[in-house]
Amino acid sequence: MNNDLFTGQLVRLAAINPEADAAWFARWDRDTEYIRLLDGAPFRLITVKKVKEEIEKEIEENAANACLFVVRTLADDRLIGFVELEGIRWPQGDTFVGIGLGDRDDWGKGYGTDAMKIVLRYAFTELNLQRVSLDVFGYNERALRSYQKAGFVIEGRQRQLLLRNGQRFDCIYMGVLRNEWLAMNNFQ
Amino acid sequence: MNEQLFEGEHIYLTAIDPDKDAEIEAKWTHDPEYLRLLSADPVRPLSPGQVKKKYEDMDKDAEKYRNTFNFAIRARADDRFIGFIRLFDIYWTHGGGKVQLGIGDPNDRQRGYGREALRLILRYAFDEVNLYRVSAMTFEYNSTAIRFLAQAGFTIEVRRRQAINRDGRRWDVILMGLLREEWKRDEGTP
Repeated sequence: MNNDLFTGQLVRLAAINPEADAAWFARWDRDTEYIRLLDGAPFRLITVKKVKEEIEKEIEENAANACLFVVRTLADDRLIGFVELEGIRWPQGDTFVGIGLGDRDDWGKGYGTDAMKIVLRYAFTELNLQRVSLDVFGYNERALRSYQKAGFVIEGRQRQLLLRNGQRFDCIYMGVLRNEWLAMNNFQ
Repeated sequence: MNEQLFEGEHIYLTAIDPDKDAEIEAKWTHDPEYLRLLSADPVRPLSPGQVKKKYEDMDKDAEKYRNTFNFAIRARADDRFIGFIRLFDIYWTHGGGKVQLGIGDPNDRQRGYGREALRLILRYAFDEVNLYRVSAMTFEYNSTAIRFLAQAGFTIEVRRRQAINRDGRRWDVILMGLLREEWKRDEGTP
């Protein structure tokens, strides 16, 4: 039995603390590049207080079908981002996952891949799901490579779904199946 | 300009009437095959009261989020409520939306009603709402829907492998898409 489910090689997953963490989320959200990698909705700037309320609402309303974690570095316990299983469909054993690392200095260092590996282990060995799904925007090549490293394969692309600065981009769907993940991680 | 966006040859589109239509849809929800063709949610029969509440909630959401257009499909011959069609999850900034339709009674299927309704809603999506693309979701076991959408010009874009479990086996969830430039406008006019 693995009793260290929330710890990876570089980062760990922890509970979100809306009171303390909201200011960080509000700061990251000011970075347009970050927010456009994360979300297709037109972004609005909101106050720290409102961010805190939205986190609290998210936790409360989606308690039955979502798991939201923050990502902290093992080296210095710094808050660097979040990862969330969302829209869990229990009868189908399927879920979507979303991840974001706020500070550009923390990109490209393997933190995201490590956090994704932890949350996949949680999804398959604790929640006993059958597959984990995500979508990623066509211009987010860094994320695509990271997801492939964590075990996801491309399952298709919704053509020209996004319009950014006058140019259209695909939305890429990826998935990892339970059996694929177990084989990759030397289970059975 | 074709002014008649809601009139087909054998069907027409109207608003859903929560008072009159709920009883009919409640009957459809007792047909698990119908529900399984439409949704990945667990099948569940609904009473007329529950369906009426669902319609009222749909109206409220449409008002609040302004990203959905719901229609009833009615047969021209006898004004019967035979199904629904909707354009929903409209992504205004990117010009995208999703379409879903259902013909409730099996005796009303395979008669071209759905095809006419889809033509109308696509014309509505591209000529009235001015979308750039329309998406649709279906399941590997619904080969009728896949063929039906392909005939209207949709392409299979994504296969979410084994994302749905029915009767002890797993099936792909299939996402299809149609771009404005692929849409056959001529087929939209009766």
